[in-house]
Amino acid sequence: MQIFKPTNTASPTAQKAAVKDLNFYYGAHQALKNINMVVHEKQVTALIGPSGCGKSTFLRCFNRMHDLYPHNHYEGEILLYPDNENILSSEVDPIEVRMRISMVFQKPNPFPKSIFENVAYGLRIRGVKRRSILEERVENALRNAALWEEVKNRLGDLAFNLSGGQQQRLCIARALATDPEILLFDEPTSALDPIATASIEELISDIRNKVTILIVTHNMQQAARVSDYTAYMYMGELIEFGATDKIFIKPKNKQTEDYITGRFG
Amino acid sequence: MVRVPVPVISHPPKNLRRNHKRYLKERIIELLLFLAASLSVFITFAIIYLLISESLVFFEHVPLWDFLTDTQWTPLFDDAHYGILPLVSGTAVSSLVALVIALPFGTIIAIYLSEFAPFTVREIAKPFLELLGGIPTVVYGYFALLFVTPLLQAILPDLPGFSLLSAGLVMGIMIIPYVSSMTEDAMRSVPMHLREGSYAIGATRFQTAVKVVMPASLSGIAAAYILGISRAVGETMVVAIAAGMQPNLVWNPMEPAATITTYIVQVSLGDLPHGSIGYQTIFAAGLTLLLLTLVFNILGHLLRKRFREVY
Amino acid sequence: MNNPDNLNEIRAIIAHHKRWDLLALTAGIIALMIAVLTFIALFGNMVIDGMPRLTWEFFTSFPSRKPEAAGILSAWVGTTLIMLVTAAAAIPLGVAAGVYLEEYAPKNFITEVIEINVTNLAGVPSIIYGLLALGLFVYQLGLGQSILAAGLTLALLILPIVIVATREAIRSIPVTIREGAYALGATKWQTVADHVLPYSAAGILTGVIIGLARAIGETAPIITIGALTFIAFLPASPIQDQFPFLSFEWLLEPFTVMPIQMFNWVSRPQEAFQHNAAAAGLVLVVMTLLMNGLAIYLRYHLRKKIKW
Repeated sequence: MQIFKPTNTASPTAQKAAVKDLNFYYGAHQALKNINMVVHEKQVTALIGPSGCGKSTFLRCFNRMHDLYPHNHYEGEILLYPDNENILSSEVDPIEVRMRISMVFQKPNPFPKSIFENVAYGLRIRGVKRRSILEERVENALRNAALWEEVKNRLGDLAFNLSGGQQQRLCIARALATDPEILLFDEPTSALDPIATASIEELISDIRNKVTILIVTHNMQQAARVSDYTAYMYMGELIEFGATDKIFIKPKNKQTEDYITGRFG
Repeated sequence: MVRVPVPVISHPPKNLRRNHKRYLKERIIELLLFLAASLSVFITFAIIYLLISESLVFFEHVPLWDFLTDTQWTPLFDDAHYGILPLVSGTAVSSLVALVIALPFGTIIAIYLSEFAPFTVREIAKPFLELLGGIPTVVYGYFALLFVTPLLQAILPDLPGFSLLSAGLVMGIMIIPYVSSMTEDAMRSVPMHLREGSYAIGATRFQTAVKVVMPASLSGIAAAYILGISRAVGETMVVAIAAGMQPNLVWNPMEPAATITTYIVQVSLGDLPHGSIGYQTIFAAGLTLLLLTLVFNILGHLLRKRFREVY
Repeated sequence: MNNPDNLNEIRAIIAHHKRWDLLALTAGIIALMIAVLTFIALFGNMVIDGMPRLTWEFFTSFPSRKPEAAGILSAWVGTTLIMLVTAAAAIPLGVAAGVYLEEYAPKNFITEVIEINVTNLAGVPSIIYGLLALGLFVYQLGLGQSILAAGLTLALLILPIVIVATREAIRSIPVTIREGAYALGATKWQTVADHVLPYSAAGILTGVIIGLARAIGETAPIITIGALTFIAFLPASPIQDQFPFLSFEWLLEPFTVMPIQMFNWVSRPQEAFQHNAAAAGLVLVVMTLLMNGLAIYLRYHLRKKIKW
């Protein structure tokens, strides 16, 4: 059984996804309001904004994590290119979406299994059984996550024995192993110390040419350092979206400017 | 204007004496509370002391070797035999039947309630199962003897009126709520972010339940199973009513047989004089039962240590 | 390029996995249904057999050799009196132990021993408590087969339940409440008695009710202490018409209780007695269901009401 390959028509302007008139509700509470945005292929898009602005909620729409809890509902579309499929459609299986779009969480959440089994998990649930394939892909993913050298001699160890930064890189490897089309990062460094944070940022720069990345961060410098595009959100709305250089140097919107320069937030 | 003298509030050092009294009162209360807490240790020692001291008298009459190897248990006959094996076999068979029912069903219900069921179903099912677990065992005994046995006899015409099978079945049903609610609690205590990690890679509910949640809550599940086993081994009334009371060295659940617990009940129902060998047999039987449950508890403790939760 | 073959393959894999989801879901629902059906069968069977016997006379008659004349008077009176003894012993001891372990106990070896002990006692089969009571209460302390001996036996049995419930209730009270009391100059005991205990009372009560519901249905330990099963008289009344108006004579008198009465009737071969057993069982089940239901309701109410 083979894992599908990610798209390879990488040109800087190609679009991987487009968000159209997205509204999202937690029960009666509207958390996202009329969002329109594009996600560029093989680029890093950062979502920034004050706490509670809906950036994580928005991110979690991309792999339908909200479907895990009752009383949530989406309106509008997130079109995934090139097949032009609305991944929010109730006819689309959320599991299928998650097989194509993976996620790395705020707090490292390795499974209570060995390092090897953690990375192999996504492959196993895709039906990969051949040991040789598993080993090859696990090694690749760990190399891509810059963790291979540190763990290659103890792949059988419990993942909890790794440090926080290593655990987070393990979670990235776990997601990379399945060749996702888009990789979502939900404040991946907020639970880590500065050194581990630097290593994760470096890792994101390393893999940015291999996979489309969406990252939520509350850290302005981080957004400036790692992203190609930035979206500024406030109170569930997308206030401004554009190339990171432009947003950070010359934002069009006063609100964005206030937030970025630290006058507000 | 007249200056009103400001009253001076003095704190004479004699207050110290009152503090001393207060201190004493606090210490006495603490001591009383400590005594209440240590009562549990006293109970344990009392149980162990009593069972062992009476059993020692018993083993002066009956060699330990006979107790462990004799295949007959007829302490109240003229030709008295004191082999515990028939009682152990009855206990083992009825417990096995119960566990074959309780563990799979309890686990399936726990998986369903923890990972699949909508909120409202869980809110109704959990208290319902708790109520089932609160029904007195003597009532389950009645149910086994007068409902389940006739029902089974319709399918298995050779089944006698008393059998380990029907007692074990009902015991199993009785234990389901304990196993399912403890297993469910263990599974629910697995943090949500672990599940999200699994779902985010595209796992289904069942895959997440079996490959992530259950391994993560293994120690809690082991504890639930051990509790189920101890319940089955120590259960008295269901077997006393529905399995018959003749000690029988059998491994066939279709037969009637006594368990360790039913033997104690049987002797207690009669009128045995205090200090007779018959009186001491129930303490020897009780000690055996306690040791059996102890073995399972230690096993559970080791399992829990081995699979300690680390999220 | 994400070719359609790949997508189709993913869809095939998901469809395959979804079959397991469906299987687990179905199995879960069926297992729950079996539990529900069992309960209906158990309850229904007793209602059919026992309901006709549930007359006023059934509650006001002593057991008898004639099944149609027999009743549960001595049994329910015995159960009530024994529950009084059990509650009087288990509540203060259990709450005190819980308070000690949660508020006072230093982190040391002795505390750990006590904690392990409480956990282990909860797993000891009830008939073992019966043996303890037989040796300790009935013979060593010479209480005989009395209401006092039975009540204390059941108190020991439910002690771990009360202790655990007390500890859980106390633990849910935030440290800030205690600090508030200490800041006003309260001593430790004043803090416990004026704040910790009152605020956790409902939680403790829940545990006490669950414990008593368990005690009401316990049969094995009572049989073990040698309780007679044929009691056609009532113990001396606790309330007297002469000074000092209260009497404790009943504590040392023989008794029978509901589950013993039921067990006695179940063991008779005659069908009429088995109908009596069904009727007694019905009363017993309704009593325990009501008590457990009350406890569940209390807990649910508590969880909704109190938000620290």
